[in-house]
Order: sequence, then C-alpha cells, then structure tokens
Amino acid sequence: MTRFLKAAGYAVGLPAILLTAWWFGSASSTDPFWPPLSTIIETFPTTWTWDRIVADVFPSLARLGIGFGIAVVLGIVLGTAIGLSPTLRALSEPVLEFFRAVPPPVLVPIIALFAGYTGWLGKIITIALGCLWPILLNTVEGVRGLEPVLGDTARSYHLSRWRRLVFVVLPGASPRIFTGARQALSIGVILMVISELFGANRGLGAAIVQFQRSFAIPQMWTGVILLGLIGVLLAAVFKVVENRMLAWYLGQRQIERGE
Amino acid sequence: MSSSPSTLAPPARPRVGARPRRLRRSHDLRLGVVGVLIVLAGAETLSRTGIVNPDFLPPVTAMYAALFEMLGEGWFWEALWLTVRGWAIGLAAAMALGVVVGFVIGSVPFLRKVTSSTIEFLRPIPSVALIPLVILLFGAQPQSAFVLVLYAAFWQVLVQVLYGVADVDPVARDTARSYQFGPLRVARSVIYPTALPYILTAFRLGAAVALILEITAELVIGVDGLGRELGIAQSSNAVPETYALVIAIGLIGVAVNLLARFVERKALWWHPSVRSENS
Repeated sequence: MTRFLKAAGYAVGLPAILLTAWWFGSASSTDPFWPPLSTIIETFPTTWTWDRIVADVFPSLARLGIGFGIAVVLGIVLGTAIGLSPTLRALSEPVLEFFRAVPPPVLVPIIALFAGYTGWLGKIITIALGCLWPILLNTVEGVRGLEPVLGDTARSYHLSRWRRLVFVVLPGASPRIFTGARQALSIGVILMVISELFGANRGLGAAIVQFQRSFAIPQMWTGVILLGLIGVLLAAVFKVVENRMLAWYLGQRQIERGE
Repeated sequence: MSSSPSTLAPPARPRVGARPRRLRRSHDLRLGVVGVLIVLAGAETLSRTGIVNPDFLPPVTAMYAALFEMLGEGWFWEALWLTVRGWAIGLAAAMALGVVVGFVIGSVPFLRKVTSSTIEFLRPIPSVALIPLVILLFGAQPQSAFVLVLYAAFWQVLVQVLYGVADVDPVARDTARSYQFGPLRVARSVIYPTALPYILTAFRLGAAVALILEITAELVIGVDGLGRELGIAQSSNAVPETYALVIAIGLIGVAVNLLARFVERKALWWHPSVRSENS
C-alpha cells in the first residue's frame, strides 16, 4: 500500500507543482496573451460546448481516423509485397527514400491543386499520404529483417503461402509496423491541424486559429489545451493497442533483458 | 521496445548461395535507377497524354525546367539558406538541451521517477498546437519557427537519451565506482559510450522532425524560407514552380537523411552494428 502511495506521489507530484505554479504565477496576469489559468478554465465549458465538439472536434478526428486507417492498410499491403521481393525492393528503394524524406506538409499545396481544401477529400488524402511512408518503410524493414530460420522452417513444414504470410511474416514484422504506425500517428495529428488552416474551414485546428485571429485569447488557450489533451489521449490509446497486440514480443524482450 | 535505435538491430544473416556482395550491390543500384526512371516517365506520360489534367500535374520536364530556372535566381538561394539555418539552429538547440537534460535526469533515479509522468504527458502534445501562440508572440518571424522546431525535436532527443542512459551496464557502472571515478568521469567514459548510439538516433529522428516543423512554420505562418515560397507559388497558380519547390524541399529532406546516416557511421565506427555492416 505504501509502495502504491509512493508511486502515485511520484506520478502526481511534479504535474501538481507545475499546475500550481501556473495557477498562481498567472493569477494576477494582465498580459492579454497570458491570461490567468482560472480564466482559461472558466472559458473551457462555454467554448467547447457539445454542439461545438460535434461540429468541429469529431469531424477532425474522423478525418484523422480515416486517413490513418487507409495508410495502415496500404502501408502494410505494399510494404509486405516490397519486403518479400528483393527485385521489387531494389526497384523501389530510391523512389521510396525520396518520398519518405519529403516533409509531409508540402503535400498540402499539391493536394490543394487536385482536390481543393474545402471538403473532406483533400484533407483525408493529405493525412493518408503523410502517414503512409513511415508505415510502408517500417513494414519493408520488418519483413526483410525476419529471422531466415523462421521462413525456412515454415517452408519445410509446407505451410501454404497464405498461412506463411499470416502466421509467420506479419507477426514477425509487427513490432516494426507498430514503430512505423506510431511515427505516422504523430505526423497524422500535425497534418490534421495543418490541413484545416488552408481556405475557409471547420474543424479543431481551424477553430483554434479562428480564435487567435479574432484575439479571443482565453478561448484560443482552451483550444491549445484541448489539442494537447487529444494528443495525449491518442498516444495512450495507441499504447494500449500496442501492449495488447505485441504482448508476446514485449514479454520476450523483457525476459531477454533479464527483468 | 520499438523505440530502441534501429542501428542496434542484428544484421541480416547472409544467405547461403547469395551472389557476391559487390555484384549484388551494383545490380540493386541499376534496378533503383530503373525504378526512378519508371516513375518519372510515368508521370510525364500521364501529364502529356492528358490522363491527368496538366494544369494539376505538369510534365516532369516542365517541373525540372522550373527548378533549373530557380537555381539561377537569388531569392531561391536566400530562401534555401533561411530554411536550412532555421532547421540547424532549432535542431542544435534541441540536441544540446535534450542531451544535457537527459543525462541529468537519466543518471539521478529520483529525478527520473519524479519527471516520468510529466514527460509522458508533455511529449505527445502536438507541436502544431503551439502555432496560434507563436503567431501571437512573434508573428512571421524566425522565432516562431524556432519555438516549434525546438519543442518538436526536444522530446525526440530527450526520450532517446533517457533510454540510452538507462541502457548502461550496471556492472560497468559499479566497476567505475569501485575505481573511484568521479561523476564527470563516469559520465564521460561509462555513460557516454553507451548512450552515443541513442544520441545519434535522436539526431536522425530529430533532424527529420525539425525539418517538418520548419517547413510547416514557413508554409502556415509565413516565416521566410522555401515553405513560404511554396505557399506563394501555389496561391499564385504557378504550378510547375510549386512542384519544383516541392522537389527542392524533398531533396533537402534526402540530404538531411544522408547527413544523419553519415554522422552515425562516422561516430560509431567502433560499434558492433556498424562494424558488422562493413565487414
């Protein structure tokens, strides 16, 4: 019990100190850009009403989810195909290296040419394309780095192609796929926000910039905090999924390290 | 743990009956060139035949013509310099801060326990959330880009350095202690060599993120640099120039990647992961 209390103390201590410092440090602030924390918290419920969440936050998250989902499926399918074929890999490597190196925000002007930026399509394409490369390249690496003995064993047991893929290749590559997906998720959040800053728009990112342009500073701060909370929440959900799906791998690593 | 540096992954075992390495490499290289040519020719054909509206996708030759024209103009080099400078300053600050803070927090168990929840919370906050704030504070000045780059790259570096310091072999640490090494000496000859691969991974990851945020700041906020030129080209409907700038920025990204890998190779020449690759 005391150990639990101690752990809780460690976890809560510093955040509590920081929040208290922010609260009292900003309490008498008259600087319009740094309103008191109490004002920000008061503004929160009136700014982010249910209607506003439905109108601005959910669509943003839905676009992120769709774009990310497309990138995961495409990335794993293409990455497995490329990873399994040395010829395909050699053929596509320089091209993929280039696309990986392009900072994803430059996609925005290009996609704006094709799909425009007022609707959902352009934004989803932007998110999907930005998320694709980390997943694709990590899948290629994961498939390529498979223990050769595993493949040989599967072959000598006459596992069919499909079964080899499902029971040997994909699970073996999954730690790398998750690494790629985690990178992709943070890029996806960046693109979710950026894609809403072009043209007349709705959405979480658009709303925050709207507040900033109309100098509604406490409202802007609530938006910044909400966006931060969403980032934290997405990371937490990702971790839960990863811990479940990679339980076998994480456990194995722990044993190897003698913990 | 997936965040451990890929440099530490065991090298792929050579297959029995594989072709000699050098032959294979030149063969792969030729295929790679063919792949690039296929993509370029494909894009050119799509545009020339009008399958994709050339107003949206100009022929590749037109893009490169626009790029070569830019290379002869002063503003391009000016913008390129500003982008690279902003990237380098932000990344350098993030590296310096991340390595120092990481070493201090990592080597004091009490600090590690106290800060871990705060770090876990602050790290996933997307740096783009700070965009409205830096617009208010600095407007379209380089400081805006600096803050975004620093915030984004700092967490990448800090977390890697923390992993690196935690990876130190306890026996080596105890040995150093029984030889009465002072804390600085321990940091230099025990912690540093263990953490170095992680620091270099941090550099590679941080360099890529820093470039993303630098370009974002230029494109979205209007900080001077190639990203801003890209936004201007797109909004004035100069389509080949837009693509030319995307290619230029992409090539900077490739250069950053190559630089990071080069530094990794040079600084880790003694490390098993690099040595086995070369043998």
